[in-house]
Amino acid sequence: MSIVQAQSDQAPVRAEKSLPKKRKSAARQNVKEYLVGYLFLLPWFIGLFALTLGPIVGSLYLSFTSYDILSAPQWIGIRNFIDMFFDMHFLNAIYVTILYVVLSVPLKLAVALLIAVALNRGLRGLALYRSIYYIPSLVGGSVAIAILWQQIFGGDGIVNQGLSLIGIHGMGSWIANPDTAIYTLVILSAWQFGSPMLIFLAGLRQISQEMYEAASIDGAGRASKFFRITLPLLSPVIFFNLIMQVIAAFQAFTPAFIVSSGNGGPYDSTLFYTLYIYQQGFGYYHMGYASAMAWALLMVIALFTAISFLSSRYWVFYQDER
Amino acid sequence: MKLYRVEPTPIRWQNLLLHLCLVAGALLMLYPLIWMLAASFKPEDLILSDPGLWPKQFTLQNYIEGWTALGVTFGTFFWNSFLVSTGSVIGNVLTCSMAAYAFARLKVQLRTFWFAVMLCSIMLPYHAIVVPQFLLFKQLGWVNTYLPLIVPKFLATDAFFIFLIVQFIRTLPRELDEAAKIDGCGSIQFFWRIIIPLILPALAATAIFTFIWAWSDFFGQLIFLNDPKIYTLPIALRTFLDGTGTSHYGQLFAMSIFSLVPIFILFLVCQRLLIQGISTSGLKG
Repeated sequence: MSIVQAQSDQAPVRAEKSLPKKRKSAARQNVKEYLVGYLFLLPWFIGLFALTLGPIVGSLYLSFTSYDILSAPQWIGIRNFIDMFFDMHFLNAIYVTILYVVLSVPLKLAVALLIAVALNRGLRGLALYRSIYYIPSLVGGSVAIAILWQQIFGGDGIVNQGLSLIGIHGMGSWIANPDTAIYTLVILSAWQFGSPMLIFLAGLRQISQEMYEAASIDGAGRASKFFRITLPLLSPVIFFNLIMQVIAAFQAFTPAFIVSSGNGGPYDSTLFYTLYIYQQGFGYYHMGYASAMAWALLMVIALFTAISFLSSRYWVFYQDER
Repeated sequence: MKLYRVEPTPIRWQNLLLHLCLVAGALLMLYPLIWMLAASFKPEDLILSDPGLWPKQFTLQNYIEGWTALGVTFGTFFWNSFLVSTGSVIGNVLTCSMAAYAFARLKVQLRTFWFAVMLCSIMLPYHAIVVPQFLLFKQLGWVNTYLPLIVPKFLATDAFFIFLIVQFIRTLPRELDEAAKIDGCGSIQFFWRIIIPLILPALAATAIFTFIWAWSDFFGQLIFLNDPKIYTLPIALRTFLDGTGTSHYGQLFAMSIFSLVPIFILFLVCQRLLIQGISTSGLKG
């Protein structure tokens, strides 16, 4: 009752006020609404044009030039892009990066899924396990942990100390060895399986227990339940995690930089693509060449994303799509 | 009938086994961190010879010597990191929520198009645009200041958080908007008085993750900061490592632990929010 009263009290006043210049004010109201919209988007627009789209166009231009900051950029056409194919460091950086992505992402997702499935069985202490397993993800990207990793896999690091306890001696540094250095970084990445694990856990909770019960009645074993129910129903989450992790892996920088003192060594074995961009751009001031590499990276990531979205219809199963 | 009686026992055993595996796994996961903490309290010569966790000899020397090892104290670096991270948090919370409100509720021409552009920019690798950005900030004379690290946050360039907040605002009932309009509440007022208090959980997630990411960020700070006085913790640690090599692990570990303290405190205090934030929105953490 009181609400109705309040409304009927207010309505005539408002109508009276806006009556004389009704049409004009409606148009003005419309303009004002749009203005407010743009006002709220203004910071984002400035950022988009000045710090994102502008630099993308800028780096496209620079990629066709030779530019060392000191003198003006010189147009050299597509030479940067041709040079890439004869640059052994560049080719090696591609190899190292792809190796890293191909090894670290599946390993990380597999561990994340395994632990998530184990935790999803209604165990006690779920919250505690979840927090503990998440901790490495929390700190893993920092310089502090990269420094720790350098010690762990160093010549007299704790890995070798542990190995000597079980009688394996003289392994040498895993990081100074070009054959093993990249694997220490893969392990560092897999160690941080916490956030995909949390996302998997959230996904697993969405799967209704009735499905499993029905499957049990039909005599399905644990393995077939996992492969026929869990995996298909979880595929959208797997897809999401895969995309996010691949994009993040392509951009890995800190661990390789710290472990190799910034040079991607030994023998370029940890020379990530991003690290090579950094070396060329900010070590040698080959800004043109660095921009060309940045554009190549942009193309690769765009291509990967496009392929995964196109292929997703064949292996990602959306329940509400049927 | 028989089935029902037999079933509970194997399940309990299985659970126990599972608990054992999970505890062992957790210990393995945390071992490196706990070891680093222990090593930071050991005398230098014991770090390499004593693999055990409990220090045979307990010393604070690493912390005392590490604190001043670079000339400028780690207190300064800590403060610098704090400035950068706090600035980033304020920027992200303010401008990402503004942009999100506009995307979710306001009239903007080509809104769907701009929204798609925003989504694409989430995937854009920073390395792809860093060269021109660096040249721009150099032109402006901002190299060796915190402006290149903080100003982009005030321009909502961390689009992921816009998306996060948009998703959150979309769950709020439309009737709110209409009721507010009838009461003569303008969009700006509506944003401040109604939307902001309702999206506090999303803003908290944004703030926590921004802080953690800014605190651990290395690439941006490496490029823009060259003067030891304005070094942040990650850059200081890297300089420390390059300068001393492997000869002062104790001090390096001590300062590394010191640099992780705020993140751990934040984690302990905001654990619930953090884990919910990742679980519901897929933040990569």
